[in-house]
Amino acid sequence: MLANWLEWLPELGRGLQTSVLLALISVTVGIPVGLLLAVLVSSRRAAVRITSIVLVEIGRGTPALVVLQLVYFGLPNAGLTLGPFTAACAALALTTAAYTSEIIRGGLEAVPRGEVEAAQALGMSYRDTMRFVLVPQGMRIAIPALVGFGILMFQATSLAFTISLQELLSRAYSIGSSTFLYFQVLLLAGVLYLAITIPSGWLSGRLERRLSRHL
Amino acid sequence: MEHVGAVLLGVPYTLLVTVVALAIGAALGLPLALARRSSLAALHLPARAVIDVLRGIPPVVWLFIIFFGVGNQFVPLDPLQAGCLGLGLISAGYLAEIYRSGLGAVHSGQWEASDALGLSRTDSMVRIVGPQAFRVALPAASTYAIGLLKDSSVVSAIGVADIVFRSTADSRATGAALAPFLVAAAIYILLGTPLAIASRRMDSRLRQRVAR
Repeated sequence: MLANWLEWLPELGRGLQTSVLLALISVTVGIPVGLLLAVLVSSRRAAVRITSIVLVEIGRGTPALVVLQLVYFGLPNAGLTLGPFTAACAALALTTAAYTSEIIRGGLEAVPRGEVEAAQALGMSYRDTMRFVLVPQGMRIAIPALVGFGILMFQATSLAFTISLQELLSRAYSIGSSTFLYFQVLLLAGVLYLAITIPSGWLSGRLERRLSRHL
Repeated sequence: MEHVGAVLLGVPYTLLVTVVALAIGAALGLPLALARRSSLAALHLPARAVIDVLRGIPPVVWLFIIFFGVGNQFVPLDPLQAGCLGLGLISAGYLAEIYRSGLGAVHSGQWEASDALGLSRTDSMVRIVGPQAFRVALPAASTYAIGLLKDSSVVSAIGVADIVFRSTADSRATGAALAPFLVAAAIYILLGTPLAIASRRMDSRLRQRVAR
């Protein structure tokens, strides 16, 4: 089995690169949108608040797989055709935005009320309070949960297999279908996913302990 | 509207897979959580490794390993069995961690008090700490269950006729690329929202009866 694994490793390694890149792009695009949604959800204007709550709930209530199918197969009907990689980035970024907005909202709410009152007492505007007081501290509280979510998003990149993106799982599957050694090659793919998720899990645990030191 | 009927056919399978996987996970997660909390390294190290591996490999990859790998080369499995088994194992990993944090959240004074009253360790666990840990773990477990309802959509990749599988089939048959998936999204939201509301209600009621 080891000889096979060494033979397949370069091919699967390229797939892993695609998966990691896809996860990084989705998270970097999705989190700022999530922050925006988190701020809009706590808006004082009812119309803004309700629209963003509805968007977030739709985004969180729909499986990532369905979002992926909608973006890749559905959008061409609406006149927007995306390649597999772009479609996967867009779909996972949308899912990330919806989920992280709730994580970030939790972080913002965990900032002590006194901080906001102090900012108001200093005569800071709503925007400045958000920008200089609430968001920096809230994001810091949210970081461990965001890293944890990033790991889940990395796992979710395997769903892009269904839109024929050449990521780790689809490369493993096509090796499997040509050699009939499905178990061996899929196991190697599993090990490669673990090689990213387990160290990231440790990292997020350490980060959590470090960041909670001063809270 | 024509797509709704076709996609609705998948609902029983989605529910079946979710419920069976949850049952497997709830049962297997318990010994895993207890082993993980054990003071014996021979128990907690393997338990931790198992949990990390179960949670660290993406669900689709698990399903492929079980259905294409194990199913083709070792034990013949149909898609439904492979789907329930795969998601059940993954759930065991996640639920074990949820149980563990529930047990950890019960105040240590509860152990000490039941010890002082002369209860055995088993009795303390089953009658004193367990029921309280259950109440603490329930919200996280129900959040996980709602997540699993959506994540169960990955079984469509190995050919279980669930909601996503039906909408893909309908999309291919009718040539409509958007509507079947929008219907699927709406069904998932309609299934998940009542569960979310119910779990939020149950949570606030159960939380009143936990010593901290």
